[in-house]
Amino acid sequence: MTLGDPIGHVTGASLYLDDLRPLAGTLHALACDAPTAHARLRRVEVASAAALPGVVRVILAADIPGENQIGGIVPDEPLLASDVIHFWGMPVAIVVAESEEIARAARALIVYEYDELEVITDPRVARERGELIVPPRTFRIGDVDAAWAQCRHVFEGRADTNGQEHLYIETQGAYAVPTEQGGLRVSSSTQGPTAVQRTIARVLGVPMHRIEVDVTRLGGGFGGKEDQASAWAAIAALASHLTGRPVKLSLHRMDDMRMTGKRHPYSSDFRIGLSEDLRILAYEAVFHQNAGAAADLSPAVLERTLFHATNSYFVPNVRATAWSCRTHLPPNTAFRGFGGPQGMFVIESAIALAAARLGVPARAIQERNLLAEGDTFPYGQVATRVHARATWQHADRAFDLARMEQEVAAFNAGSRTHVRGMALMPICFGISFTNTPMNQARALVHVYQDGSVGVSTGAVEMGQGVNRKLVQIAASAFSIAPERVRIETTNTTRVANTSPSAASATADLNGKALELACDAVRLRLREKAARMLGADWQQVSLVDEVVHVGGVPTDLGWKALVHAAQWDRVNLSESAHYATPEIHFDKATEKGHPFAYHVYGTAAVVATVDRVRGTYVLDSVRLVHDFGQTLDAAVDLGQVEGGLVQGLGWMTLEEVVYDERGRLRSNALSTYKVPDVHSVPRELVVEALATDGHPLAIRRGKAVGEPPLMYGIGAYFAIQNAVRAARPDAVLVFDAPFTPEKVLMALYDAPEVSPVGDAPRGSSGTSASAVPRG
Amino acid sequence: MIRFLLDDRLVETARPAGTVVLDVIRYDEARTGTKIGCREGDCGACTVLVGELREGRLEYRSMTSCLLALASVHGKHVVTVEGLTMPGLSPVQRAMVDAHGTQCGFCTPGFVVSLTGCCLSREPVTATSAVRAIDGNICRCTGYHSIVRAAHQVVERLARKDIADPVAWSVAHGLLPDWFLGVADRLRAIAPAPSASGTTDLGGGTDLYVQRHDTMTHADLRPRADDPALRGIRQEGDECVVGGACVVTDLLESPILRAHFPRLEPHLLLVSSTPIRNMGTVAGNFVNASPIGDLTAIFLALGGVLTLRDPSGAGRTLPLERFFTGYRQLARRADEVVESVRFPLPGPQTHFGFEKVSKRTYLDIASVNTAARIELDGDRIVAARLSAGGVAPVPLLLGATASALIGRPLSPATLRDALPIAQREIAPISDARGSSEYKRLLLQQLLRAHFLTWFPERFAPESFA
Repeated sequence: MTLGDPIGHVTGASLYLDDLRPLAGTLHALACDAPTAHARLRRVEVASAAALPGVVRVILAADIPGENQIGGIVPDEPLLASDVIHFWGMPVAIVVAESEEIARAARALIVYEYDELEVITDPRVARERGELIVPPRTFRIGDVDAAWAQCRHVFEGRADTNGQEHLYIETQGAYAVPTEQGGLRVSSSTQGPTAVQRTIARVLGVPMHRIEVDVTRLGGGFGGKEDQASAWAAIAALASHLTGRPVKLSLHRMDDMRMTGKRHPYSSDFRIGLSEDLRILAYEAVFHQNAGAAADLSPAVLERTLFHATNSYFVPNVRATAWSCRTHLPPNTAFRGFGGPQGMFVIESAIALAAARLGVPARAIQERNLLAEGDTFPYGQVATRVHARATWQHADRAFDLARMEQEVAAFNAGSRTHVRGMALMPICFGISFTNTPMNQARALVHVYQDGSVGVSTGAVEMGQGVNRKLVQIAASAFSIAPERVRIETTNTTRVANTSPSAASATADLNGKALELACDAVRLRLREKAARMLGADWQQVSLVDEVVHVGGVPTDLGWKALVHAAQWDRVNLSESAHYATPEIHFDKATEKGHPFAYHVYGTAAVVATVDRVRGTYVLDSVRLVHDFGQTLDAAVDLGQVEGGLVQGLGWMTLEEVVYDERGRLRSNALSTYKVPDVHSVPRELVVEALATDGHPLAIRRGKAVGEPPLMYGIGAYFAIQNAVRAARPDAVLVFDAPFTPEKVLMALYDAPEVSPVGDAPRGSSGTSASAVPRG
Repeated sequence: MIRFLLDDRLVETARPAGTVVLDVIRYDEARTGTKIGCREGDCGACTVLVGELREGRLEYRSMTSCLLALASVHGKHVVTVEGLTMPGLSPVQRAMVDAHGTQCGFCTPGFVVSLTGCCLSREPVTATSAVRAIDGNICRCTGYHSIVRAAHQVVERLARKDIADPVAWSVAHGLLPDWFLGVADRLRAIAPAPSASGTTDLGGGTDLYVQRHDTMTHADLRPRADDPALRGIRQEGDECVVGGACVVTDLLESPILRAHFPRLEPHLLLVSSTPIRNMGTVAGNFVNASPIGDLTAIFLALGGVLTLRDPSGAGRTLPLERFFTGYRQLARRADEVVESVRFPLPGPQTHFGFEKVSKRTYLDIASVNTAARIELDGDRIVAARLSAGGVAPVPLLLGATASALIGRPLSPATLRDALPIAQREIAPISDARGSSEYKRLLLQQLLRAHFLTWFPERFAPESFA
């Protein structure tokens, strides 16, 4: 049985934004930016662009009928720059033309006059200048200042993580079509249809009911289309509104990479204190989040960094402070893990540093401090149904960690050319939007009179398999064949006021709402069947498309029952609402119970470094993951494998490079490398921890989208351990990603240069803007 | 008017010859299964198969349609995912579904096409070749393991493939629709394109379409890739002559090169990806004048000599190292074409190696690359050519470094003395591929790696410390 979309995917029939057949008269919109990261605009000369044949209109900020504002959490982000350009790639104008080719030609004719202003790319510099997105926040437990005195060992250091480009293979895009009475129907490649709807209404100055947003599916999102799809949809909508014609916008890859935000880089300081027996008694961290030029989702990302500052460890005395720093990079945004990975990297760095200084394996410190039942997180939630140690012990049993370490040591003793390292990475990730009000969802179910079922929810399918899960929920609720269930597009007129598909919670929230909706219709159908069969409705059940009474099959089938119910004027539709119970959080005290539950796991990562060339391969990742009672094992395994590889990419070869002028140098797939088929671990073992799951997870199957990404952090430390094995005096640096460059520079001193010989042939050379193909 | 078969349909288009096939497929022909991911050949979402008659046989190679000019497909067969789709799934499609090799699905058609291309080759399908076939396809969702599982299922299904006639075998085994059987005849019926005499020479387009994306559509093109005078790899005495229009895959498949270079495959697989190797030409790699072209580095060390020919038919020869006069500057007149490159074939005392390090090992541009060729007389180095890319405005031949090796015994001491001279010959800059300090260190290490690879006993890594 094949559920959901795969057949469409392998035949090319699945439709994405750019695949929609354009209506006659469709125009193409193109965002135009100036080559500067920070400047005061004096003049924008668009006359030649506007005069180019085929150009219908050039739009500037002054043409916006509503508010020139797209900031979701903080209103600090104009759609189009009017006086100050805040980042390289900030749209200043929109060219609307008969074709994309004409629009690109017109864009090249726009002249910008501006005065350059100082460019800040370093979050620590931004903090010194007082350039903050929101005031800093601090999570505390215990008394960290008093605790240092009790520590036998105290170590401090710095840890940095770079950004990460989402590299959804489908770029951002939208298609806006005017409907009647001033309305617009906007197809958008977005994780947040309501955010798109709200943003467009704001920019156009119209009520939300005029804007219908429809999403079929995404060619990848990973957080990059949670908030940042809105700008592109707003541009298409604005162009359509002003021209009265359908307008399509589909970003060229280099525009997408230059103009959109990425995972936040962080630069952090840590201090860790341990007892004689390696208990972490105190931990202090100061996080500097590089938010970019506007808030976007940065305050929420910042919050999750604090929530995950201690990863899967119990630390009695903690003070973690996070600064959201405004720089002149594109506004950074959600990316799978949402600040959590950045927080976890810092405590893992602290543990690695302590282990190295104490001459003990990091895993001794990790294992010693794993969370236990009843421990309190720094944010006040008491850990229950904790599986931190269970996954660790399962990993030890299944993979024999001591033997793995011996094998690494034996390999290193036997190889002159290569050196191996191993690291363990436990994870603990909280499930729920940390902003409690967002933890709600609705579902609309129609049972049609022929027995087929249509389902609408707020969930957006972007490869995470939520549609497959929704099909199974509905099919199982009615006990009908999955083929009878169709998941409709995500549409704001059918399901309104949705939370974005994010926070790993999409299946939980929308699935629970769908269950409620199906339950209501099922109850009415059972009552109808009871009337038809003269039975007590409580004795009626639906089993494999047949009505049973008291467990005994009757002659009444699903289709006949539905047909009869329709003609008996039974309501065959239901809209249901779900809001996660139990959760709350008080930002004044920074305490509460923000998460419905936590997901746990433990991974063992082995890497081999080529000690001559500085390159490396990831030999194996073996992990034990806390799936709960998985609803769809294939989907969940896919999420673990894919999330892991994204995390490995973040830690190894994905390097976002901005120059000092704030210009993105890694601006194409030729200069920004994500994992390919050859760079993934040779061996990947995923074991499921046997548990009964969690009642707040959809059918006790835990959320799985984000947590596995953080196993990838283990790769950094595996490579670092290999480097240390090759060169015990190598300087310990915590600065991800661990590129081959960093490996080689750690292994060797600078080469000797002959004082005589041929003179160098020149000082210029390759540049990133003129990219040669190797 | 350009004519080609798009799946089962003859397409006749008056679009400019520089239009990329991707746009024709998607926007003129409304076959939207072929996706746009990057428009620079680096993601594989737009992969198509291009079939052409070679010596009377229909042969298919995968190519990225975002870099493929209409001019390059006249008289050929372009196969999209829609063309591979029949009632019921093909074994490749079935495997991708069964192994859960698709998540968001956007890259999936590219993987399906690439894997199918592997099935249509005239080589047995193995686990290695199946994975190699998808080395140009990027997936951001799955982490690849499920796709590799799908590839392995395909390999099992194709274990008994008839390599003499893979198309007929594939039709018989449900891999292709039966109309494929009539394709060869339909291609023969398409009249050849009138010879173009444009001003912009077009090889595979893999660099031009990246560098000049916005101007290529209307460029006055002169396609060179199908010119028989520029194709073929032949041996002349002790020399090998490689036609300028040979693509990297031609090098990989050449019996002459295979016989003389036992490590040909590992070396050339470091060059880009399968679809780009199927498109990118040898001459193009020289003429784009990149300071870091992989083939340039290889042919520099081999002692390559170019034959350049102008429209009058007059030819001249030029050692490859004299072809590069400055950053992206060439000693080539605008009307000259690189007809071929010739080099002395290695003898029994010749050692040749190619080293390349990039952020990602495959499908990436080098931070630094180098090739080396030395001849030994007993224990003495009697000839040496060392090249280095990414460390100067032009691809470098490290003449002084090589001189320091020649006439000296093969020993770590000889190498140790030569390496600081290489550092004098180079002038790397910092860019997205690494800092200048790193490139200096990396070149030193890669020069060491040549010797370590040739003589692992004599050049132990410890001797480098």
